[in-house]
Amino acid sequence: MSHLFSHYNYWIVIVLMMTGFYTVISRGNMVKKLIGLNIFQTSVFLLFITMGKIKGGTAPIVMAGKEDVVYSNPIPHVLILTAIVVGVSTTALGLALVVRIKEAYGTVEEDEVQAEDIRR
Amino acid sequence: MLVGTGITIIRQQNLLAASMLSGIYSLLSACWMVELDAVDVAFTEASVGAGISTVLMLATLALTTRSEKKPVHKSFLPLFVVLATGAALIYGTLGAPPYGDPANVVHHHVAPRYVNDSYDETGIPNIVTSVLASYRGYDTLGETSVVFTAGVGVLLLLKRGKRSKREEKK
Amino acid sequence: MREHSIVRVVSKILLPYILLFALYVQLHGDYGPGGGFQAGVIFGAGCILYALVFGVNKARRVAPSSVVSSIMAIGLMLYAGVGVVCLFKGGNFLDYNVLRHDPHHAQELGVALIELGVGMTVAAVMFTIFMTYAERAKK
Repeated sequence: MSHLFSHYNYWIVIVLMMTGFYTVISRGNMVKKLIGLNIFQTSVFLLFITMGKIKGGTAPIVMAGKEDVVYSNPIPHVLILTAIVVGVSTTALGLALVVRIKEAYGTVEEDEVQAEDIRR
Repeated sequence: MLVGTGITIIRQQNLLAASMLSGIYSLLSACWMVELDAVDVAFTEASVGAGISTVLMLATLALTTRSEKKPVHKSFLPLFVVLATGAALIYGTLGAPPYGDPANVVHHHVAPRYVNDSYDETGIPNIVTSVLASYRGYDTLGETSVVFTAGVGVLLLLKRGKRSKREEKK
Repeated sequence: MREHSIVRVVSKILLPYILLFALYVQLHGDYGPGGGFQAGVIFGAGCILYALVFGVNKARRVAPSSVVSSIMAIGLMLYAGVGVVCLFKGGNFLDYNVLRHDPHHAQELGVALIELGVGMTVAAVMFTIFMTYAERAKK
């Protein structure tokens, strides 16, 4: 039972990840695909942060004068901080591409774009 | 709650509501990150995910369309693929270290050095800041370049410069 | 949105505090949560709020595109420049210890400078991206 509980966080992360994955592969609308990609991304962030947590630990900001304080692992935090900012950059770039596609094809649905391509 | 919001997002046909919900989703995940002691990350996620991303999505929707078309063919292939991958991943977590255990391998390799020595070496109490800006300055430099490149890319894609105006006149 | 007086008044009251909070996050990043990215994003969001409420043209008058894009580049150059200065002072690239005699002061100076660079770039990029979308929508 304790084993079951100790992996609970991972399972939620995986359910979220699969939600995002399903959105990406099953929806034709490109904005929806990007939202799905965001969900997927956030779930990966949460996975890393979960790994960095130490039970009974505190945020990794050194409190001067106090010894024997357990800090959670700061390395995943640093990595994910970088990843979030890179993520928002890619999202912005993707949305810009969607806008251009809309202007060129008049639609943001994937199959309609393909149909238009075949017609040309 | 997070899962509920996520599933509502995919069920939602109205893209406007979906982007608002994704903002809420970001805020909820930021709350979870605070719970997991990652205050810096939660701060970033809240400001980036709930603030900037949502605004950008709304701006895109204003330029494109507000509602999604119903998928013409209902296919079970994506659902099947997703369920299979999910099952494989959950099987994989059974071998993963238990949550929050201080004896886990990740906490014993590089992290103790940062936790113990970074304050003495840099004089910066926030370990995340000192690792980000000092020990891993190269990473952050690269990341800033990525942000810069994204800005330039969006400008190139969307900005109507002088030349296109001239072409329109012709 | 020019006719909604409540939105205008409230955002006028809030805006200085948002920008001030961004500066606090920028300069206090060593001691609490925060740093260049967060500060940049908050600052950018404040500017975006201004553009949303008072109109794109007015925001463009406050921050012309040439100024914003040069801030974008200057931030990145400030970051890389700190690294190069470290090289000239005899250290490795981005090795702040050579900037001052006391390593603690040197590290603090180096980190503050590069965080400033990051903050400038991020704020300018966010604002630029939004303004490009908005100006595209107007035409």
